[in-house]
Parts: sequence; C-alpha cells; structure tokens
Amino acid sequence: MANLIPPRFKVVIDYEKCRKCKRCVINCGFGVYSFADRVIPDHKKCVSCQRCVAFCPEEAITIIENPNVFRPNSYWTMEDRINIMKQAGSSGMLLTGMGNDRPYKNYFDHLLIDACQVTNPSIDPLREPMELTTYLGKKPDAVTVKVENGKVKLDTRIAPQIKLDTPIIFSPMSYGSISLNAHKALARAAKECGILMNTGEGGLHKDLYPYKDWIIVQVASGRFGVNQEYLDHSAVVEIKIGQGAKPGIGGHLPGEKVNREVSETRMIPEGTDALSPAPHHDIYSIEDLAQLIYALKEATNYEKPVSVKIAAVHNVAAIASGIARAGADIIYIDGFRGGTGAAPTIIRDHIGIPIELAIAAVDDRLRAEGIRNSVSIVAAGGIRHSGDVAKAIALGADAVAIGTAALIAMGCHVCQMCHTGNCSWGIATQRPELTQRLDPDWAAQQLINLVKSWSLELKEILGALGLNAIESLRGSRERLRGIGLNDTELAILGVKHAGR
Amino acid sequence: MDRTFERIPSGCAISGIMNVAGQRISGEKIIASISLMHDRSNGLGGGFAAYGIYPEFADHYAFHLMYQSERGRTLTEEFLNKHFIIERGEPIPTRPVATITDPPLLWRYFLKVPEERLYKNPEPVDERDYVVEKVMYINDNIPDSYVASSGKNMGAFKGVGYPEDIGRFFRLEEYEGYLWTAHGRFPTNTPGWWGGAHPFTLLDWSVVHNGEISSYGINKRYLEMFGYKCTLMTDTEVVAYAVDLLHRRHDLPLEIVAKVLAAPFWKDIEKMDEEDRKLYTALRQVYGSSLLNGPFSIIVANSKVMMGLNDRIKLRPMVWGRRGDFYYMASEESAIYEIEPALDEVHVSKGGEPVIVRLKEGE
Ligand code: SF4
Ligand code: SF4
Repeated sequence: MANLIPPRFKVVIDYEKCRKCKRCVINCGFGVYSFADRVIPDHKKCVSCQRCVAFCPEEAITIIENPNVFRPNSYWTMEDRINIMKQAGSSGMLLTGMGNDRPYKNYFDHLLIDACQVTNPSIDPLREPMELTTYLGKKPDAVTVKVENGKVKLDTRIAPQIKLDTPIIFSPMSYGSISLNAHKALARAAKECGILMNTGEGGLHKDLYPYKDWIIVQVASGRFGVNQEYLDHSAVVEIKIGQGAKPGIGGHLPGEKVNREVSETRMIPEGTDALSPAPHHDIYSIEDLAQLIYALKEATNYEKPVSVKIAAVHNVAAIASGIARAGADIIYIDGFRGGTGAAPTIIRDHIGIPIELAIAAVDDRLRAEGIRNSVSIVAAGGIRHSGDVAKAIALGADAVAIGTAALIAMGCHVCQMCHTGNCSWGIATQRPELTQRLDPDWAAQQLINLVKSWSLELKEILGALGLNAIESLRGSRERLRGIGLNDTELAILGVKHAGR
Repeated sequence: MDRTFERIPSGCAISGIMNVAGQRISGEKIIASISLMHDRSNGLGGGFAAYGIYPEFADHYAFHLMYQSERGRTLTEEFLNKHFIIERGEPIPTRPVATITDPPLLWRYFLKVPEERLYKNPEPVDERDYVVEKVMYINDNIPDSYVASSGKNMGAFKGVGYPEDIGRFFRLEEYEGYLWTAHGRFPTNTPGWWGGAHPFTLLDWSVVHNGEISSYGINKRYLEMFGYKCTLMTDTEVVAYAVDLLHRRHDLPLEIVAKVLAAPFWKDIEKMDEEDRKLYTALRQVYGSSLLNGPFSIIVANSKVMMGLNDRIKLRPMVWGRRGDFYYMASEESAIYEIEPALDEVHVSKGGEPVIVRLKEGE
C-alpha cells in the first residue's frame, strides 16, 4: 500500500540549466536523487528540506507541492487520508520531528504591543541605555539591609542567580538527537551572548566542558549521562518532566543514532535504543519531585539553581505552583508548539496547550498565591521572533527559550524529518558524512547574529514602550492588547481588547 | 460611582515646602507657588497635602472622605463605627468658588483603633496594617466612598479644578502646617472624579507626581501580590503603595527606597565597590517589578520627611532650594522664587538621585 501513497512533493528539474554536477545527489540526506545520464529524482523520498535547492549551482531545482489533488474534502484532509493509508500499510505509530504544525489558534498573533505617544516619551535605544539583563533564580520577598557606620549593607542571602545578558536562552536539544557540531555551536553562542544552552537529556560531551558556565544540564527520566562530573559542569541543573511536543511520554533515540561518542556521553551501550521512560520512576508525586530537587541541590552544594521543565498541559497553573513550592528555582514551561527530535505524530498534534495561555495562567496563579518571586519562569514552544519574545515576557515570563528558531539559524529548513536521522543540513543526524557539513564556528556565528538581532529589536520595542529595562515589561500586560479574542481568552491572558 | 475607568495619562506641576524646625505656616505660600505654574495644569485636578494641621488631634488618624452620595456616607460611617472609635466627625469646611462645581460630600473623621482590634488570634496585628486594610476596604467595596487621606495630623485636600481654586475652596489659608505639597494636573482626559486628583496618600504618606509611569502595569500587579488594591487606575497610586511596602513593611531606608524606584543602571552597578554592588544587584533582582520606568518627578512626604525624586534618566523637571530651615521643591525654579526670592541655595535635582529633607530631631 505504501507504494500507492502519492508523493507529497515534486522535484522539478530544469534539465536545460542542469550541468550534471551531481551536487544534489551528494547533498540529499534522504536519497532522493540517482544519476543515470542525468539526475533522476524519486519524488516519494523528497521531504522538501531544500538542501539540494540551496546547493544547486544552476538554480535548476524547484520543489513544489504535488499538484495532484485528492478529491477535496474539508473534513477528510489529504494528510488524514495519507496517514490512514500509511498505518493501514505498516501497523504502527506514525513518528515525526519538530513541533505541532496544525492550524490551531495562535495567540501570539492575536496580541499587539503598545507604544508611547506624547504623554510619555519613547526612548531612543541608540542614545540611551537600554537594559535586557535578566537574572534567573529564586528571589526572596524582601531585601533586608543593615546600616553599619552610616553605610547601608545587604543583609539577605540571595539564592543562586544566573545572569543572562538578554532574556533568550537555547532550549534543550540532546546530543544524539542533534549532532555534536550543533551542540558545540550552541555552547559557543551561549558563551558569546552571555546566555545559556541546554544539554537536553543526552548527557554532556567532554568537548563542551569549557562552556560549563553557560550550560543547563538536564536530568531526565532516562538519567542518561548523569553523574557528579556532569552536574559539576553546569550553571543550572534541570529536571525534565515533560516536553511540549510530547507531554506525558518518554523519549526514544533510535539505536542507529547511538554511535560510539553518543554511547559514551549517554553512558549506554553503542547501537542500543536510548529509551527514556514516560515518568521518572522515582517521581510519582510532588513530594518525590521535592526530594529530587533537594538531592540535586545537595549534590551541587546549593550553588546552582534547579529548574524543572514541564509541558504546558491543562492544569499547568496548579502544577507550576506545586513545583514552586517543591523548591524549584526556575520553572521551564514548554508549549504545544515546542519542537522534538522524534515524537508520535498523534501526541505532538493533539496534546498540550499554547504557551501564551500557559504563561498567563501560571503567572496569575503564582501571583495570586504570593509566590511569583520565589521562582523564575522560562517560556518556550514556538517563539518565532522578538515580537513573540516581548509578548511572552509581557504576559509574565522572565525569559524565553528558543529551539526551532536556533536550528533554523543553523540551516534547518523545518522539514520535520529529524526522527529519521537523515538531516541533510547536518543537524539532526549522526551520520558522519552529514554531520561534517555543519561547521560549528559558522553555526555559532549564525546563532550569535540571531540572538543579537532579536536583542536589538527587543531594545527597540522597549524604547517604543518608553521603558529602559526589561523588568518593566515583565508581566506588564497593560502594555498588550488582544485582537480578535473573545472575553474568556482575554480574561485568561489578562489583557484588554484593542481599542480599550 | 463606577471606578473601572481607563487609566488617564497626565502631565503636571508639583511643589513642596518644608520647615525642618517644625515651624508652621499657612497654606498661602504653597498656593502662590503652585498657581505660578498655572499653565502646567488644565483645570482638571489640583490638590494639597498638609502636615501638622491637626495638633489638637495629633494622635488620631485623620480620615478625609469623599462621598458621591449620602448613601455612601451612611455606609462608610457604619463601617467606621464598627472598626474605629470616632472621636469627631464633621464636614470639611469649604467656601463657594465660582470655578469649582459639583463637589462631592467632603467629611473628615478623627479616629482611634480600639485596642481589642489589634489582637487577632494568635498573631497581634500591626495598627498601621489594620488602618491600611480598612482604607483599602472602603475604597474597594463601599459604593460612592473614597478615602482621600488617612494619616495622623495631616490631610489631603484635592479636587477637580485649578490648584489655586481648590486651595481657596478648601480655605487652606486657615490651616497651619510645617510641610505642604501641591499638585496641578493636566490629564489628557478626565472622568471628573475628585478622587483621581493628587496627592495620593496612605497613612501619613503622600505623593504628588508629575509624569507617566510606563511600567504601571507591572508595578500594579506586583503590589497586588502584597495586598494593595490599585482601584484608581492612576500611576501615582502605585508610587504611594510602593513606598509604603518598601519603607514601612520591608523596612528599607528612604534612600534605598529611592534606589529601588529609580534604580541605578547595571553599568553603574558594575562600577560600584563590592559591598554596594552586592546590595544594588540584590535590590534590582528582587524589586525589579517596582522600578518606576518612564518620566516622572515626585515629591513623597510623611510627617517627618520630604523626598524629591526624578526618574533615572530625568525625563521631567525638578528643582530644589533652601532658605534657612525652609526647603523648597518644584517643577520650575520660578515657582520657588515666587515665594522665596532670597534662597541660600538652589539646585537642579539629578535623575535617580533623591533629595531628602528631614524634620530635625526633637521637633
Ligand atoms: S545540483 Fe543542480 S546542476 Fe547539479 S546535478 Fe543537481 S540539478 Fe543539476
Ligand atoms: S533539523 Fe534537519 S531534519 Fe530536522 S527539521 Fe531541520 S532540516 Fe529537517
């Protein structure tokens, strides 16, 4: 039956222009091209990763959506029908990569940002200081001071804080799901930008040890690569409970991606599937989570903030409140648009809630309980540009994390095939001929450029708002307006409708 | 009255006089000073805070109330009767002024807190917390009623009109105080609500403010976490509450409070010595949400002190001067010279640097 499924894309080659250099044949990670007198594409294999298009010296390749139409049906979409055909032919879960691509309502695009006119001046970020510095970590409710010899001195011991030069960090992507070169690029960029990268659940390769002050190390249910040395090479330790793309389920790194280095880093045998269980088998309740949080604090001498990463699910506000009370310093919330290296399509596309609503609900709940200070909120899952960053922060996040955007900066074209390990761009793959394509220096520079550009834009937005420090935007929903939202949505987001 | 108005941006004039020896003067000077800056207001709001005006009731909380209806008065008086001992309650004396129309009912009460109220099991209740809670309750829950001020031996007199007219309306020349602040308002629109004029007060704190606080949204949400209810939808209210939280409840010295409201830049914190760097870093980490961002100049006062403060990049004017024991602060230098032509010193205040004037010990 698989043969009966029509190709999604068509590779159109302009043979007049083609000079038979075979670059497309070499570049395609998915084996689309063969060569016999001329290049011949196998349309069915094409995922539109655009690698060949980018590297064809003659601009001879165009990938188009297959113009062949199924009989239109607004209920039975082509995708639904193809998925049924696939499953009828193979019996199994459908897997996918990257984030939820379904056309659910996107709240970021229904929010608009304010600006100053006349009554309060806007501020020119090129001429005035504009502060993006953000500290992640638990804050006390009050600072106490003492006066000694007329000098005011700090008398509060502040829990460990991590300084970010800009409120944008990289989201967890494990070594294994992405290549070592990609990991190196993220670490170098994090250092250069004064932010953080996140190991994900796959351990930390020794080559990244020098970047330890800019690294969040994850402790996930599989405990891959977790030992004292790992914890010591970090700025923040993060307990991963869930992921936006696949809340409630574990991870699966196929054995083909577990080469020698991955196996060493994860501390598992080479070639075996790396399966992380759905729950942590030592966390069946919030008390258990508190124990793990404090076990990690003990292990790191109370010198590092402990973060807890959860997926945004229906009850996210109550869960976050529990996490804050369990002693976490940071709560990382991943919305349903968050990416993944591999997830069952059905889970990715139907579970979880939008990050915008989750931020608002969590921030509201923590404030209502008077514990917002006790924890920082990192929001992730579909942050596409600095406008989204500003909106997430205005809704109540301390910082955002970017995964997909970071991958795109390194060359990813969002073909959603990360789970296959064939990434033509050398990112989500361990095939040596593919990974060598990604130059970590170049990729790091791309990431640095992206973070700097967004930071500049954030400053411009702050200036327009008449603000000169990011903390004055954080949680300031008064500076947002909704457009095309109903009363319930406005109430959840805590914003007024545009025009009010 | 429906208090769910939109927030109203406004420009303004402010002025303040304090005699640090406690010598009391009539309201005439402050009226003269603020009226010189007539053009900075537009007749839609003016007001005064006066300290030392009720020496015969120095130990009583003086509540100035504004009522939109008799019903509001009945309900509020019932409430006050239940929670306080009312030593005296009377209308605030006024005189007719042609330009002042449609004033609310204006009453004042001199109150004591009954001892037994301060012991809620098992924790004793701070008297001032008790009073704050009641003020918040009235403003938030009792219809048509608004507490204009609630401190001891002080009062706020404010309304819709030019400040000099408001001053004459309230017969301020008949009061004597050692500390006066004043405000003339230029709101860009108005619901004609007397409570919306400055000063804003809580206990004996008063704030007059020129400017717009662009961080209002988060300042308000932050203060709400500590039980403050920002019912008036104006920036200035958050200043009063922030000062109360930081100074009274968190016990921070006023100089430090100023450094929270107009925080030094990170680049300047980096240049400080180790000790200060730690302190100021902690202040910004913990109190980032009470940074007042946007243009402002404010005069904050209580029974013992008058503080002038500008936003950290000084987007609004402020000048201060001194002659003998008299200290003056105002939006414009001329407003000081108008009432004291022979100053010993006069300065333009710096962005983010508070000017703090204290009553001399024992006065
Ligand atoms: S890369 Fe372009 S020019 Fe080279 S063989 Fe392929 S289609 Fe032809
Ligand atoms: S990382 Fe590679 S495989 Fe994954 S979506 Fe991007 S281009 Fe495709």
